[in-house]
Amino acid sequence: MNPAIAIRQKWQHTDLGKTQWLAISRAVALPILGLLLFMGLWHIGAQQVDTSLGTFPGPVEVKQQWHNLLSEHQAENQREAAFYERQQERNEKKLAANPDADIKWRDFNRRPTFFDQIITSLITVMTGFLLATVIAIPLGICIGLSNNMYRALNPIIQIFKPVSPLAWLPLVTMVVSAVYVTDDPMFAKSFITSVVTVTLCCLWPTMVNTAVGVASIGQDLKNVSRVLRLGWLTHVKTIVLPASIPMMFTGLRLSLGIAWMVLIAAEMLAQNPGLGKFVWDEFQNGSSDSLGRICVAVLMIGFIGFLLDRALLLLQSRVNWDKNAVMR
Amino acid sequence: MNNVHLELSRVGISFPTPKGPFCALKDVDLKIKKGEFVSLIGHSGCGKSTVLNIVAGLYQASTGGVVLNGREVNEPGPERAVVFQNHSLLPWLTAYQNVELAVKRVFGRSKSRREMREWIEHNLELVQMGHALHKKPDEISGGMKQRVGIARALAMEPQVLLMDEPFGALDALTRAHLQDSLMEIQADLGNTVIMITHDVDEAVLLSDRIVMMTNGPAATVGEILDIELPRPRDRLALADNPEYNHYRSAVLRFLYEKQRKVEPIATRRGTAGSSGKSKHHAA
Repeated sequence: MNPAIAIRQKWQHTDLGKTQWLAISRAVALPILGLLLFMGLWHIGAQQVDTSLGTFPGPVEVKQQWHNLLSEHQAENQREAAFYERQQERNEKKLAANPDADIKWRDFNRRPTFFDQIITSLITVMTGFLLATVIAIPLGICIGLSNNMYRALNPIIQIFKPVSPLAWLPLVTMVVSAVYVTDDPMFAKSFITSVVTVTLCCLWPTMVNTAVGVASIGQDLKNVSRVLRLGWLTHVKTIVLPASIPMMFTGLRLSLGIAWMVLIAAEMLAQNPGLGKFVWDEFQNGSSDSLGRICVAVLMIGFIGFLLDRALLLLQSRVNWDKNAVMR
Repeated sequence: MNNVHLELSRVGISFPTPKGPFCALKDVDLKIKKGEFVSLIGHSGCGKSTVLNIVAGLYQASTGGVVLNGREVNEPGPERAVVFQNHSLLPWLTAYQNVELAVKRVFGRSKSRREMREWIEHNLELVQMGHALHKKPDEISGGMKQRVGIARALAMEPQVLLMDEPFGALDALTRAHLQDSLMEIQADLGNTVIMITHDVDEAVLLSDRIVMMTNGPAATVGEILDIELPRPRDRLALADNPEYNHYRSAVLRFLYEKQRKVEPIATRRGTAGSSGKSKHHAA
């Protein structure tokens, strides 16, 4: 090989390695730098704020509270296990003494820990969000397909879209209490109230975005459907749905974000179980640890919101036909 | 003319605008025989596409009507397949699936699964796309997409094939290649074709007749030119053919003398106001 070429290739090789290394370090180092900067400012800033519950917690205190919450959760788990073990022993003894003895099983009265509240919140938000999706996507498709439907429903959407969850909540609470009357409730009333509030607030972005996506399908594709004389259902399945998937997911992500925000507010105000109630209880509790524990909850709420968004993004990349689409 | 397959009689259409109805087409008369290849040529905005869309059933004529095999055309249907200018393939389906959608609609009852699969593959091979059956539109070139669009239309076994500037968006070499393919396919299948084009050479090379349209508003058929060149036609041999050049210049003369759209710059400057208005109508 010509030595000149060899040298040039080698040089190009190291050059490529250099740019790659730079790109990687940028992708890793800059976020870390940002986080460190934030921690530093938080640490310094927190010390300046004196509240009636003591100094505002910095990163160190919050980490301490995180460990406390974890160990409380483990302690509660152990208490529960011990309770059932004792019950088992007692019952076995009873049975050994008298095989016909009347045996009672009691449920452990668990105090919901921070992590129990997270699970409750997640179940509630997913239920409300799924309910909203099931309503919003078909309605959005109908609104997008029909101008008359759009004209009829648009005022209603525009009026209800900006309503805050806090305004809905008293109404929903009263209606649920009045309507959901059974002797053997499958769900707690508080659960239904939260779910309905979440649904009412997070319907709109999915509905509006789906409608816009459907309405902006190109005339060419509609003509193809007309020339082939596709039936309504086939038209929706083969053309409308795939074409509006990107817009639909934009709406779904907005909706899920709103659902999560709304849920926390609703739980706080209505004393429904969940993370919102945890925050409110800590606030009412007013111990010197309270602020730290609330900080843990705040970070957790943000982190879960982020994970929920990522999960939807992952789902979108699975469902979307356009594998080249840039998603962020 | 006997043996009329498709007839447009006194077709006119006007669109509502804020300034009152705008008459785009008026009294378009045309009779087309089975197996004939007819080109529509004219300046942009003269309503060529509108004529095609009326035949396709995508637009409704305001006056007159279109009769295919003795039946009036009122709505779109697969017996009048359209090849759209920008291919209009569904981007989420592969080439095979795009053709399959049409085949299932037309032959879903009459053909078995296996027959349909063979028919889809046959049509894609006809346009030399057998090697890329399972590629999505994003993954193939513009010419290949247009081939798939043609395969989709042919697979419907249409009585009339409507082509709206099918090669307009392609580069010259690809276009020539596709024109040759189209000539071969048409010689084999004997489809009745109406094709819109801007390209004088394309019109003379492919057509049995060229329908030249006057400028809008109220555009109509200006002249009809019968092309009596023997088939099969070879573009290289025709380049020096006096008859071919005669047809070519006849079309050019119609477009640039009788239906002059581009006025000399000097006169346009003088009548800037009025030319601006007519331009608006044309658009």
